Amino acid sequence: MKYPLIAAGLCAATVAGAETPILNVYTYDSFTSDWGPGPAVEAAFEDICACDLQFSAVGDGAALIARLNLEGDHSEADVVLGLDTNLADAALAEQFFAPHGIEMPTLNLPIEWSNDTYVPYDWGYFAFVYDNTKKDTIPANFRDLAASDLKIVIQDPRSSTPGLGLLMWVKAAYGDEAPAIWGDLEDNIITVTKGWSESYGMFTAGEADMVLSYTTSPAYHLIAEEDASKSSASFDEGHYLQVEVAAVTKSSDQPELARQFLDFMVSDTFQTIIPTTNWMYPAATPAAGLPDGFETLTTPDKALLIPAEEAGALREAALVEWLDALSQ
Amino acid sequence: MARRAFTISPLGLWGAASAALLLFLTLGTLLAVAMKAEFTQGLGRADISALCFTLTQAFFSALLSVAFAIPVARALARRQFWGRQILITLLGAPFILPVIVAVLGLLAVFGRNGLFNQTLAMFGIETVSIYGFSGVLLAHVFFNLPLATRLILQAWLAIPSERYRLAQSLGFHPNDVFRQIELPMLREVVPGIFAIVFLICTTSFAVALTLGGGPRATTLELAIYQALRSDFDPGKAALLSSIQFALCTLAALIAWYFTKQQSTAAGFDRVVQRTDVNTLPLRMIDASVIAFAAMFVILPLAMVVERGLSGILTLPSVVWVAALRSVVMALASSAVMLALVLPLALIAARRRKAWPEAVAYLSVSASPLVIGTGLFILLNPYFSPRDLALPITIFVNAAMSIPFALRALLPEVRAVEATWSPLADQLGMRGMARFRLMLLPRIRRPMGFALGLTAALSMGDLGVVALFADPDAGTLPLMIFRLMGAYRMEQAAGAALLLLMLSLTMFMGFDRGGRQNAAT
Repeated sequence: MKYPLIAAGLCAATVAGAETPILNVYTYDSFTSDWGPGPAVEAAFEDICACDLQFSAVGDGAALIARLNLEGDHSEADVVLGLDTNLADAALAEQFFAPHGIEMPTLNLPIEWSNDTYVPYDWGYFAFVYDNTKKDTIPANFRDLAASDLKIVIQDPRSSTPGLGLLMWVKAAYGDEAPAIWGDLEDNIITVTKGWSESYGMFTAGEADMVLSYTTSPAYHLIAEEDASKSSASFDEGHYLQVEVAAVTKSSDQPELARQFLDFMVSDTFQTIIPTTNWMYPAATPAAGLPDGFETLTTPDKALLIPAEEAGALREAALVEWLDALSQ
Repeated sequence: MARRAFTISPLGLWGAASAALLLFLTLGTLLAVAMKAEFTQGLGRADISALCFTLTQAFFSALLSVAFAIPVARALARRQFWGRQILITLLGAPFILPVIVAVLGLLAVFGRNGLFNQTLAMFGIETVSIYGFSGVLLAHVFFNLPLATRLILQAWLAIPSERYRLAQSLGFHPNDVFRQIELPMLREVVPGIFAIVFLICTTSFAVALTLGGGPRATTLELAIYQALRSDFDPGKAALLSSIQFALCTLAALIAWYFTKQQSTAAGFDRVVQRTDVNTLPLRMIDASVIAFAAMFVILPLAMVVERGLSGILTLPSVVWVAALRSVVMALASSAVMLALVLPLALIAARRRKAWPEAVAYLSVSASPLVIGTGLFILLNPYFSPRDLALPITIFVNAAMSIPFALRALLPEVRAVEATWSPLADQLGMRGMARFRLMLLPRIRRPMGFALGLTAALSMGDLGVVALFADPDAGTLPLMIFRLMGAYRMEQAAGAALLLLMLSLTMFMGFDRGGRQNAAT
């Protein structure tokens, strides 16, 4: 009895497929989760595109690139969403992506953005988050932190995007002195975790005084949990920036639709969804402004960012320094 | 007689199919990854130190796990007490929890701010840091002591009760019983169990890194992850994974060398009643061993429960749907596992072949990442990954459980074959009748354990098939991870509690089904 039903289902799917174009968007897992921007984005875009938006999710930005490499010519991806500025460089663009070709609205990134492949959709500063009811002497920079007896938990740059961000942060702020900073930080680092979730879980369980996260993390606690006890430390050497971007693939069989999606990503609708689902700053502030609570966040005076072109080469050297300093 | 060599029995065919699938998932996927390599950097200094660290920690983790497991298994084998059943079931729990949940539970007890350090501080004693080599060992013993205990216990309970009765009537001292009856059994099973725990520990990644306190605790698996993820160097991943297989082969050979097959003698299939061990000192020793093991395993679990209580009531419906999906998949994995493991066990026992065990060992040391990537490379040109998510998860989880299932089944299948097959042969009992009447009733206990273990392991799985994940069809572990990724730590703890309860329920259900008419 089941077979006719399945057959009917298949036919329906094929017919629907013939009429409705499918847009395949590859992204990281937390974007598509029920608590991320994915569901709202999908609904809003399908309202205007007469298409079927399908997300495919992998672990994070680096895993996205690995996936593209693995798939080669077989990739179904039309849009790749969720690379960050440490990864999205010209070589990658050359290999996989086509120019975005969209009219960019006014962006409110802390840096100039003029790239004709990658479209930024949100951004944030890396920062150390702490519990302001437990700690009141807060370090003002990495040297202070290293001199303090605060215990921190960070992520491994080999397996985590924020972990890589911290590596670049110290490198951008201290250059050749970076190994010495890591050496001094060693006794503050309780441990290094595979990903952000483990670290943040350890922090909220009271295992660490501070955790490597974002300046926007306290906004979650404030807005979603009405808990004002989390703050981020402001470092005077500046905070490393993470800009998350998307691009349309060269191999896309729906390039028009893909560009329509990129256009949608910098529109008010998409940008309004971002702050309270991805807990980052929208790349183009929506007309209604940021949600209440975001005004309480630490805003660094100085944004640090190593351009993607240099980041690739610097990453290797910085990683070796990091490993050497922490493997003593 | 000459024809015999060419006839293929159904059992042989079944076993060959099962072995072929396992070989495909382990070596086949490795080959697929290796073929993808265009260039490779070869091994660097960091990889060599990762190899050394992996070996050292795995050796000591296995040594400690097995060394503690022997007295615990002995105490459980010869004592009857209230709560014994529950305790034995709970002992299986650490092994089946998703890594991230187990680590947080462990830290709640042994971490900086954990119960242990709070107690020390209360008495004014300086607190200790878990992070470092000792932390890696502690965590690995936490995960593997229960498994080792269960496997040794299975073998202990497979000793025919007649031997103990004979020993009793001969006036054996418990020490003599140990030397004459129990030591030979241990010499048969312990090398294999040591090897299996060693191999599990060689593929450790997140646990070793988190509790090892940083990049000092870099394992081979992390190096593979790095090679596949950020460097995109499949050649190097394949090379590192081959080293893991070489280690596996070495460990299996060493285990095989040390294994002393004991001659199996017939018994009357009865439950052991020991009266020789009822002296006070022995009872005290057993009681403290059991209490220690129970504390060590149950405290972190209790913390998982405590932290999850407030979150479990607020779980959104998607988490419940994911839980249901996970349960169905776990049951399917168990069924597939049984179909794969039975022919292997029968061939190993009946025909005294070593290859089924060798094949099964392979999947312990296979890198989950390499399996996932290899399958992806092979299947992606023909199928959409999300369409295959379900069957692949089921089969991979089943295959990953085979080594443990085979370890649990083999001693008993061997004993049954040795004891009963002459009679079955005389009666001309063959095929299904022989399986149903002779084998099945006698291997129910390890079979229930193996089914339960597979179901529970599948519930906790996250890693292998991440590349195939369909975002709309998440499993419960994936939901836990997503909740954590969305800052919802309390709900994540609730979902972890749900996972723990479901896994234990399934584990207990199968386990109990297997022990229906045995007082063990």
